[in-house]
Amino acid sequence: MNVVSHKAGEITLQVRGLTTRFGTPARGATVVDGVDLALRRGRTTALVGESGSGKSATALSIMGLIEPPGRIIAGEVLLDGEDLLKLDEREMTKVRGRRIGMIFQDPLTSLNPALSIGQQIAETILAHQDVSEAEAKQRAVELLTHVGVIDAARRVNDYPHHFSGGMRQRVLIATAISCQPQIIIADEPTTALDVTVQAKILRLLHDLQQEMHASLLLITHDLGVVASMADEVLVMYAGRIVERADVDSLFHRPRHPYTKALLACMAGIEDDRSRPLEPIEGTAPDLTDPPPGCRFAPRCPVAEDRCRKQDPRLLAASDSHAVACLLAQAGPAHG
Amino acid sequence: MAEALLEVGGLMKRFGGRGSRRAGVQAVAEVDLTLARGETLGLVGESGCGKSTLSRLILSLIESDQGHVRIAGADFLTATKRQKRLMRRRIQIVFQDALSSLNPRMTAGVNIAEPMRLQGLGSTAERRAEARRLLELVGLQADDEHRYPHEFSGGQCQRIAIARALVLRPEIIVFDEAVSSLDVSIRAQILRLILDLQQRLGLSYIFISHDLGVVKRICDRIAVMYLGRIVEIGPADAVCRTPRHPYTEALLRAIPIADPRRMRVENLGLIEGDSVIAAKPGACAFEPRCPHRFAPCGVSRPQLVELGTGHRAACFLNDSPEQKRGS
Repeated sequence: MNVVSHKAGEITLQVRGLTTRFGTPARGATVVDGVDLALRRGRTTALVGESGSGKSATALSIMGLIEPPGRIIAGEVLLDGEDLLKLDEREMTKVRGRRIGMIFQDPLTSLNPALSIGQQIAETILAHQDVSEAEAKQRAVELLTHVGVIDAARRVNDYPHHFSGGMRQRVLIATAISCQPQIIIADEPTTALDVTVQAKILRLLHDLQQEMHASLLLITHDLGVVASMADEVLVMYAGRIVERADVDSLFHRPRHPYTKALLACMAGIEDDRSRPLEPIEGTAPDLTDPPPGCRFAPRCPVAEDRCRKQDPRLLAASDSHAVACLLAQAGPAHG
Repeated sequence: MAEALLEVGGLMKRFGGRGSRRAGVQAVAEVDLTLARGETLGLVGESGCGKSTLSRLILSLIESDQGHVRIAGADFLTATKRQKRLMRRRIQIVFQDALSSLNPRMTAGVNIAEPMRLQGLGSTAERRAEARRLLELVGLQADDEHRYPHEFSGGQCQRIAIARALVLRPEIIVFDEAVSSLDVSIRAQILRLILDLQQRLGLSYIFISHDLGVVKRICDRIAVMYLGRIVEIGPADAVCRTPRHPYTEALLRAIPIADPRRMRVENLGLIEGDSVIAAKPGACAFEPRCPHRFAPCGVSRPQLVELGTGHRAACFLNDSPEQKRGS
């Protein structure tokens, strides 16, 4: 599709110090707290965390979709050197859909039930490209065929409720790639799908991303999905990124106690029944009143006194591995 | 093999179709199952395969068209209203969405004790004492009895729902996707609680889930359902390690493994179509999607055949294994 004119691995989107808060300055919750991340051309970055960790809020902040009472209070989102946070809504509308494609978890609520699939895809194309309605419709058929919708020329006139969950997700993906964005953000794109359908959608996303040479930001809570899709992984806990690593290091040499605990409490298909389940005790902190120091300290099996006082910073341990844990940073004894 | 506590035979349920022009859906067809005392049976399959309908038939929450459900030898379906009420004490269910399965206008304590009140058991004081005891048993505090469901987290609500399922001292508990909407760290807590309770109370479980990883971890046996039928059933390890039905195999190969050295997206198994594809009447339901289909599959329906200790599958390939090698 795209003519590849850029180097693989160059940074396409850079986020620095992104901080998003809901509520008032006096009472509220900082749901995204100083997040740094970089997406690279042709690469998949997975943002993994549990509910309430701030991973979806991060995505919404990047796309300028945080609505009051939420607001972005600090940081920058640089796309080709331009800070998206400084754009007004009209300018941002030109970015969304054209330069950043978006795919959400629930395809049924993301689609308009009163418009045909073709109208919805054409709408995105017409909003960003100078083409006729007929051309847009023709393009919609091509896109649907491209994402694996069989008999697209006929199905383009169908409505969302005519499609199965997996097919609806294909329709959303077709919409997301309709303007060939450099960046695709997919927020739990397969969470609502059955496992055999999930496999197909993951493969499709992967193939499209490779073909378009786009950056994919994949938000998920599923470590299996992360392991199969990601080049780089960001682990988020209570609004902060606690670990960043290439996918192999993350699964084979995790350094943050939270990452280690997450991997230990999974019930994998390959696991022996005799391996005990090791839950992480307790619950994630209340972000309206977060604990001082490391936010994982109250649940951390190895936390020391200083962890409850001092905020750990995300520091690079190597080129491809960074961790926000005082103990892991101190030396290999805990890492 | 221990004596079966629960025995399900020839269970059938069809939705719609009668008097209308539409064909209706055979939600559950010819299901036979047993559950031994202290055993956990996993029921897996994708959306629409009939696993939840089956659980509701077993609990007699919906009426079956045909078949029997016996608990310790007594038939649930032909029982009188009074007998049914007594039998309900022996089998309870925990649903996926704990918060919406609890009454928001009742405190945790009243929610837990409600089945006792409905069954006319105990005095108010006794019911309250029981609720307090159960709150502690499921890892909450007795004094949590005064709090309302919305004041608890998702994991805590599921603990309350489990306490409520225990209040009638049942022998069997059905968990219908009971941990599916929980975060992985909380899910492990609840799974451990479920396993602890089984050990302490000698309970038998039917564990319904679309997550084969979780099912394999906690179940003794696994039954795989496809379009209303059990296509494979057997010891959990055998079903996961040496599946004998192509659908089970497809399910297992589609699960992303949390190890990038062993599994990348390129290795995920893909099968054609989805389960809404209608099968030919009287043929194998999986035939339209099966990568190994051959002559007999589109003509007749394979029966569940014993293939090893307690391992059964309904697939013609098991009669002629050369077919599979050839494909």
